[in-house]
Amino acid sequence: MKDTIESLRFRLTKRFGTKTVLRDFALEIRGKQFVTFLGPSGCGKSTALNIIAGLIPATDGEVWIDGERIDGLPPEKRGFGMVFQNYALFPHMTVFGNIAFGLQLQRRPADEIRRRVREMLELVQLPGFEDRYPGQLSGGQQQRIAIARALVLHPRLMLLDEPLSNLDAKLRIEMRAEIKRIHANLGLTSIYVTHDQVEALSLSDWVVVMRDGVLIQAGPPQEIHDQPANVFVADFMGFRNFFPARITAIGREPAVEAAANGMTLCGRTRHRFAAGAAAVAAIRPDDVVIGGEEGRPNTFPGTVDIVEYLGREDEAIVRLESGARLWVRTEARVKPGEAVRITLAPDRVIFLPADEAGGTA
Amino acid sequence: MKRERAGEPSELDLLAMVCLAPSLLYVLVMFVYPFLYGIYVSLRPMKLDGFSLANYIAFFTDEYQYKTVGITFRLAVPNTLVVVAASLLFAYNMRRGVWLERTITTILVLPISLGVILLSQGILGFYGGKGWFNQILLGIGLLDEPLVLTHNFTGVMLSLFMQQFPFCFLMLLGYISGIDPSIENSARTLGANPWTVFRRVMLPLIAPGLAIAFALVFVMSFATFPSAILLGQPTGATRTIAIAAYAQAFEQFDMPYASAIAVIMGLFQLGALLVIILLRKRMVTAATMGVGKR
Repeated sequence: MKDTIESLRFRLTKRFGTKTVLRDFALEIRGKQFVTFLGPSGCGKSTALNIIAGLIPATDGEVWIDGERIDGLPPEKRGFGMVFQNYALFPHMTVFGNIAFGLQLQRRPADEIRRRVREMLELVQLPGFEDRYPGQLSGGQQQRIAIARALVLHPRLMLLDEPLSNLDAKLRIEMRAEIKRIHANLGLTSIYVTHDQVEALSLSDWVVVMRDGVLIQAGPPQEIHDQPANVFVADFMGFRNFFPARITAIGREPAVEAAANGMTLCGRTRHRFAAGAAAVAAIRPDDVVIGGEEGRPNTFPGTVDIVEYLGREDEAIVRLESGARLWVRTEARVKPGEAVRITLAPDRVIFLPADEAGGTA
Repeated sequence: MKRERAGEPSELDLLAMVCLAPSLLYVLVMFVYPFLYGIYVSLRPMKLDGFSLANYIAFFTDEYQYKTVGITFRLAVPNTLVVVAASLLFAYNMRRGVWLERTITTILVLPISLGVILLSQGILGFYGGKGWFNQILLGIGLLDEPLVLTHNFTGVMLSLFMQQFPFCFLMLLGYISGIDPSIENSARTLGANPWTVFRRVMLPLIAPGLAIAFALVFVMSFATFPSAILLGQPTGATRTIAIAAYAQAFEQFDMPYASAIAVIMGLFQLGALLVIILLRKRMVTAATMGVGKR
């Protein structure tokens, strides 16, 4: 089996009964890329992965690899590696048996199998675990074995279906780094499915945000993080503050000015708004600063409502004079009832289309 | 499992005993006492005073009696194999759900609710010499004379199959559909075709359930009584050990001898269970079925 692919291209529609789970979900992935399908549960991301793996048939569509159409192939003929959320190790086989399974099916010589299993166990940093059973391993160890079991066959495409979701928070961060390290070492083309934006941003070269079976936005992590295409993506990317607004002035690209709740807000946008158009202003709690001089743009007085202690910083809800409530994350300690001035950094305020159909930009 | 508390008295012991008492009492009164009483009676032959193994000796020296053991095994073993194999075939292929699953399951399970007698009467009528089955085959010219499917060995096998298949099928279906689908999915992505998945991954995981199904169906088949009388030849080819015990008790009115036969039957059943359990222990080396379950 060839180790790398040049490109993977697909267009998928899947219906379960009357419910459409994937609607013309189309994408082209280049070789050696690490691509993430990101979206809330039920958005169709796992279904797409399973169709690519050949485990469920698409209602309509096609999958191509390097000019070869593969959607008619059974999963065992595709040469992909897959890692599952619940590890899916064979409970009746030892770690060695699990990792050797695919090699044994390929009828490799016994000493080659032993050598490659040992190399894989070293790669996932579990040397000497050959004789253990999956039941004797922790969740993190089981997932490492599952990764090793897929990697040992040199898959031309690696599919990972929420591999970290069953792990506790600390282990998840460790394993995330582990996956990053393995991908950096081997340069395998990978598709990673997750609902966790941090995983998506930290691991991927390319993030694909999905909702209700439709591709909403695709791009490099920085772009998804800084320039979400619409309110849905922004919400997913940690923009917690949204205000309905009306564009009042369009400055030099990408600067715009808008009226929101009686305030005048300066910000930026990647959309072409007409003056007077309805928009949504969005800003992350981290980008709201306590303080600022009166009369400066984007600086407003308000009262602290609720404060949550988060250790290094506080998270507070500030009620502005206009009545709007604003999530603020700050290292400045504030108390409930305190009168404060807050500043929304102008390059951090973004304006998004008011209608939900913002679509792909 | 937590073992730290082993050896120390637990506060829960008394409560546990109290809660256990009703079921313990039930088992003692309804099972242990009659069982022990049966053994006691079997050891006191009618024609002798005091304890004696005479009834057991009589059974194993009388060909008419001891060959019932062979007859019963010849019925129970093939029947168990056929029932478990057919159930496995159906249950395995229905593990991820099929079209009209509810309807199919209902049809398959219906015989359980009908009872043995009605079922036997149905088989007699349908498969009998003048029944539909033979009439149709004669009518389309496949047969020259009717097949003899009732009042012989085949009749009993048919009846046992129809009684036990639904039960065994349901049990295996529950067992197999409880196995995490991603286990077989991962095997597929690792290069295994459906047959290899069955042989190397699923069958070993199903094996413990298969052993239990085998044991239960075997014990039920071994004790067969109504089917052997209604559809078989209760005085000849299908004179099972249960019929022998019944005849001693209610035709010869020799309760001690009948008890001895019943005890012998029980011992054979226990022996078979023991063999199956030992085999099962060898099959399940990992004993970690819970791994990977959602």
